Amino acid sequence: MKIKLTSASYSVRSIKFSFCSNLLAKPRKPSLFLGRGIEIILFFSYFKDLVGREVTVELKNDLAIRGTLHSVDQYLNIKLENTRVVDQDKYPHMLSVRNCFIRGSVVRYVQLPPDGVDIELLHDATRREARGG
Amino acid sequence: MASEEESAVKEPLDLIRLSLDERIYVKLRSDRELRGKLHAYDQHLNMILGDVEEVVTTVEIDDETYEEIVRTTKRTVPFLFVRGDGVILVSPPLRTA
Repeated sequence: MKIKLTSASYSVRSIKFSFCSNLLAKPRKPSLFLGRGIEIILFFSYFKDLVGREVTVELKNDLAIRGTLHSVDQYLNIKLENTRVVDQDKYPHMLSVRNCFIRGSVVRYVQLPPDGVDIELLHDATRREARGG
Repeated sequence: MASEEESAVKEPLDLIRLSLDERIYVKLRSDRELRGKLHAYDQHLNMILGDVEEVVTTVEIDDETYEEIVRTTKRTVPFLFVRGDGVILVSPPLRTA
């Protein structure tokens, strides 16, 4: 019985798992190393599907901005259109801003529409990304 | 047999995979905690949670008595994306009730 050594099998434990996967006769996903090298883009794809929906972006400085999702990129930078600040009295400095670009790293939460997405699809995509990675 | 291979826990992220579609407890930076149903996550610990309850804990110190008053602010959000850089830990919920 051949033991398939993945490129991440630096320890005995990894070898043991590769051995088990051979027994199960199901092709193991490509090696751990390859999995990390590929850009994993689950949430990027998710947000692309959400373009055109109303979302509320809460930033790390507690500012919450409601607007229509215009576009998103791989860093999860967000462009919002038709924006309004949620608590206008507390944060008056963006009263006249209607479109904005938000750097992904300053986002704390994005409140999504409850019917935002097919939950089963999310679960499947997550399992696929998580497996072997 | 397929589920055996799928639930082979090799690294910490696999432990989170076991909690998919389950309720979890997330501790965030800035004394925030979330309890919600895990719908999706990635290696950065970006997550999508459903039916989330957020608890923000603040400690106020009384000027005169120097007493610490711990206040918690709660709110619920139906569907929330959480950016991973704020996450400290993820766990099955600690049910006190």
